[in-house]
Amino acid sequence: MSIDWQHGERLTLEALEVRDDFLRRHIGPTEDEVSAMLATLAADGVADLDQLTDAAVPKSIRQTQELSVPDSISERQTQSALRAMARRNKVFVSMIGAGYHGTITPPVILRNVLENPGWYTAYTPYQAEVSQGRLEALLNFQQMVVDLTGMELANASLLDEATAAAEAMAMVKRANRKNKAERFFVDADVHPQTLAVLKTRAAHLGLQIVIGDAETDLEAEGELFGLLVQNPGTSGRLRDVSGPIAAIHAKGGLAIVATDPMALVLTKSPGAMGADVVVGSAQRFGVPMGYGGPHAAFFATREEYKRSTPGRIIGVSVDAEGRPALRMALQTREQHIRRDKATSNICTAQVLLAVIAGCYAVYHGPEGLNRISGRIHRKAEIIAEGLRRLGHGVVHDCFYDTIKLSVPGQAHKLAARARESRINLRVYDPDHLGISVDETTKREDLQTLFRVFSPKAGAALSVEGLDREVGGTIPGKLVRRGEILTHEVFRSYHSETEMMRYLRWLQAKDVALDRAMIPLGSCTMKLNAATEMIPVTWREFAHLHPFAPLDQAQGYQQLLEELEAWLADITGYEAISFMPNAGSQGEYTGLLVIRQYHASRGEGHRKICLIPSSAHGTNPASAVMAGLEVVVVECDHQGNVDVADLKTKAEKHADDLAAIMITYPSTHGVFEEKVSEICDIVHAHGGQVYVDGANLNAMVGICRPGDFGADVSHLNLHKTFCIPHGGGGPGMGPIGVKRHLAPFLPEHPLVDGVNPAAHEGQPVGPVSAAPYGSASILPISWAYIRMMGPRGLKRATQVAILNANYMATRLGDHFKVLYTGRNGLVAHECILDCRPFEETAGVTVEDIAKRLVDFGFHAPTMSWPVPGTLMIEPTESESKRELDRFCDAMIQIREEIAAIERGDADRENNLLKNAPHTHHLLTAEAWERPYSKEAAFFPLKQIREDKFWPPVARVDNVAGDRNLICTCPPMEDYRAAAE
Amino acid sequence: MSQIYFSEDHEWIEVEGDVGVVGITNYAQEQLGDVVFVETPEVGAALDQGDEAGVVESVKAASEIYSPVSGEVSDVNEELADNPGLVNEEPEDGAWFFKIKLSDPGELDDLMDAAAYKKFCKDQD
Repeated sequence: MSIDWQHGERLTLEALEVRDDFLRRHIGPTEDEVSAMLATLAADGVADLDQLTDAAVPKSIRQTQELSVPDSISERQTQSALRAMARRNKVFVSMIGAGYHGTITPPVILRNVLENPGWYTAYTPYQAEVSQGRLEALLNFQQMVVDLTGMELANASLLDEATAAAEAMAMVKRANRKNKAERFFVDADVHPQTLAVLKTRAAHLGLQIVIGDAETDLEAEGELFGLLVQNPGTSGRLRDVSGPIAAIHAKGGLAIVATDPMALVLTKSPGAMGADVVVGSAQRFGVPMGYGGPHAAFFATREEYKRSTPGRIIGVSVDAEGRPALRMALQTREQHIRRDKATSNICTAQVLLAVIAGCYAVYHGPEGLNRISGRIHRKAEIIAEGLRRLGHGVVHDCFYDTIKLSVPGQAHKLAARARESRINLRVYDPDHLGISVDETTKREDLQTLFRVFSPKAGAALSVEGLDREVGGTIPGKLVRRGEILTHEVFRSYHSETEMMRYLRWLQAKDVALDRAMIPLGSCTMKLNAATEMIPVTWREFAHLHPFAPLDQAQGYQQLLEELEAWLADITGYEAISFMPNAGSQGEYTGLLVIRQYHASRGEGHRKICLIPSSAHGTNPASAVMAGLEVVVVECDHQGNVDVADLKTKAEKHADDLAAIMITYPSTHGVFEEKVSEICDIVHAHGGQVYVDGANLNAMVGICRPGDFGADVSHLNLHKTFCIPHGGGGPGMGPIGVKRHLAPFLPEHPLVDGVNPAAHEGQPVGPVSAAPYGSASILPISWAYIRMMGPRGLKRATQVAILNANYMATRLGDHFKVLYTGRNGLVAHECILDCRPFEETAGVTVEDIAKRLVDFGFHAPTMSWPVPGTLMIEPTESESKRELDRFCDAMIQIREEIAAIERGDADRENNLLKNAPHTHHLLTAEAWERPYSKEAAFFPLKQIREDKFWPPVARVDNVAGDRNLICTCPPMEDYRAAAE
Repeated sequence: MSQIYFSEDHEWIEVEGDVGVVGITNYAQEQLGDVVFVETPEVGAALDQGDEAGVVESVKAASEIYSPVSGEVSDVNEELADNPGLVNEEPEDGAWFFKIKLSDPGELDDLMDAAAYKKFCKDQD
């Protein structure tokens, strides 16, 4: 008999293979730690995780069956399975264009940003002092957009070009109050997906879209509040759009130009043509097409519209020591703050992708970009000339990278022939083909293309010969004059060594999950495992065009089908739409679906949306965008929905009740006992139930919204299902619905079969440019579910609940835990009340958050959902050691507050008020603080081993908002500050 | 002799003859914190009681200003655009927002006097 040499007993081969090994990689606490942590909880009889679940979660909503997702497999097997899937995607040469272009991610950016957890695991930069690196990278992005568009101000990205256009439409409507018109003119030469998204958005805002030729039809139209014109157009046509812009101005309206930043490198800016808003996609600046996303869209406008600008804006301010410091500016514009007064559907941004696009411009610099853009344009000229010689008609003589070809009756046949040579072309209609050149287009591709159009004569054409003869396609008046990207940052990092170090230097300023836990309540900052992340940049996932023929995307189709089935199983829904690109967009889509459902039953008048007062601000904002009217339902002192008030309001609005939007577990981190009853009340009065999926991490494997009465939810794949936050995007907010709502899920104008149930009803219009949202990050969630299996997913939830309760227990001795549910337990997060310290010590919650920086931590969610509190969500991925490290820091800070309370420390000049403490302070000649350097910089002994040095002291929010600067300050400012 | 009235939306209006001067109360500026931006109505604008007359924004909140009475805007405080912090410093004095020519002085009866407003704020906390 053979003996296992480690444990003295013989293990089976299966046990040695440890197929579910990933569980212990993803879940922080070990078995022993779980037992030790359970023993600390005050609740009686919770000896194991199942008993904890029984004690914390109401029995009535528990799911009775185990999840039916497949059993877990190893990390290596998961990679193999994804490899097999990837191979089913066929990467052809894409000449489709239509807003998506091949691009080369410079490897230094690929490796040091896109594939680097220091960048992709960071959170939205609310805590500016631990986010200076990506704030600077985003400022570069804004500067680049400002330079290329010729505008005065840019935001730090929107979700995609189509929604950017929709946001622009909404903004020109509200920024231009004098113009009372409700009609918006869209030039016909815009991308079809842009037009479709605009139509969806306009319908529910009560706006009317007029489509026509802006040059010939605009003037004759009556009153209009705005215009959208795309340049270069979807047909490839490049033109001077100042005529239509002047025409809309004459009507008192504003002009939006959708454009392509690569074209702008060579051509006259929309700003110089008089545009008021400029939008577009920065995808082709180094961000792979990814079968539709994620990418960063940009939005630029004039200074006077800054307070109406949607999305996040990075601004320059100063810190407490007078040095320049960056922060997110004008946050009160934001959707989640303005709630039902919001006029925008954007909450998050696409930070990681905007960072990449900005870095692309930094790395290539003006000269590099000129060459890339020049190369693209030259190849387009060569194709146009070659095809002319082969007897084909080029529709527009003035183009940048896209040629519209007249091929009467031949378009489908020629496109099919091109596919035989592994080239995808765009079919506009049976008579017209589109050919779009990008950075990746090779000389051979041109030669192949010529042969597609004419096997013999095409082969005789020489790219080199044509190159000598073409030129002058863009007329002088449309050529860009003057230098671009003059700021030093775009002229300094062109060698790989310099760029690598610049990226490292930026990264070192930030706290991401690679340094410490980020215990943000409601944000679920869990592990984004390497195995989950690796496939994202595989060629077969990264370089597919979203409108590529479906037979080339079979790997993606398999991924989508399997992920849909698994997510449906996990949530209790029957269909999933992957189109929404973020949580707020998911909410919006879900509510549109509800409205469409009511309308299909002749109840289109149902417009009341009940929302509890404790809801996240995006809920009322999305409801209003969807054309609903918000009625607030009160909450009791525990933060639970006041059922009596709900009953009254549901009865009062029984005739026009559309929906309720609730969050489960509640935004206060509690499993509400009465959730089923709440759902029943709303159903009884004809409404549908929307459950915000932000807190799904407390439910997976334990209870399902589809079972306890919900009809729709969005799922934040970037929370519960491991897509990283990317420093503030990408997000992914697919929605799940019950069977009766499936026919209303969105369809896409260019890709068939996005909603297989569409034939049974009337789907809502598209909400995103791409059919499956940000498809290329879906392998992350697929891999997570596949590696965890039913047992692992449930255990993750249980440990998330345990970790939160462990922290609530440890910290509960020092802070007041504001809300608890049954048996004194919280769900997966807990709220610490910091309000009393304002009175007792003059300390605010912000002081505590900033003091945590000195300990190397990112603060928990601050002042939400209750002002003056911290909401802590540890997630299952954090080990007991890390939880203790964070608790130790909080307990030490509590002691520092106590010293102020006792009068041992000054109320104004103390460790908290002066936090965070920088190296500038440490190295200053004089130390004039009434506390020691040790206390300031190394308040706990273990910090000596790994000290995070905040690059700036506390950032002045007031100065930054009173005087908004959102382009790169001159380098001298930084140099002067460093001295 | 002028008289001051207060609204439930935390505006004050000091009325002399048929002209009222409108601003936000000390309580309101305390709730908002450091004010970073103020938008005043346009001179000549005709406002109904309760109409949105402007915006005041701090770092953490954005609020609309509502006109406590109906009438025509006769003057606005241009200084606030450059110095929004004045709202924190002199809320019920130098940081007035706009002047309005009352069209229906009877509407003042809908508002509170200083004592009633003080009680109203206390109940809010």
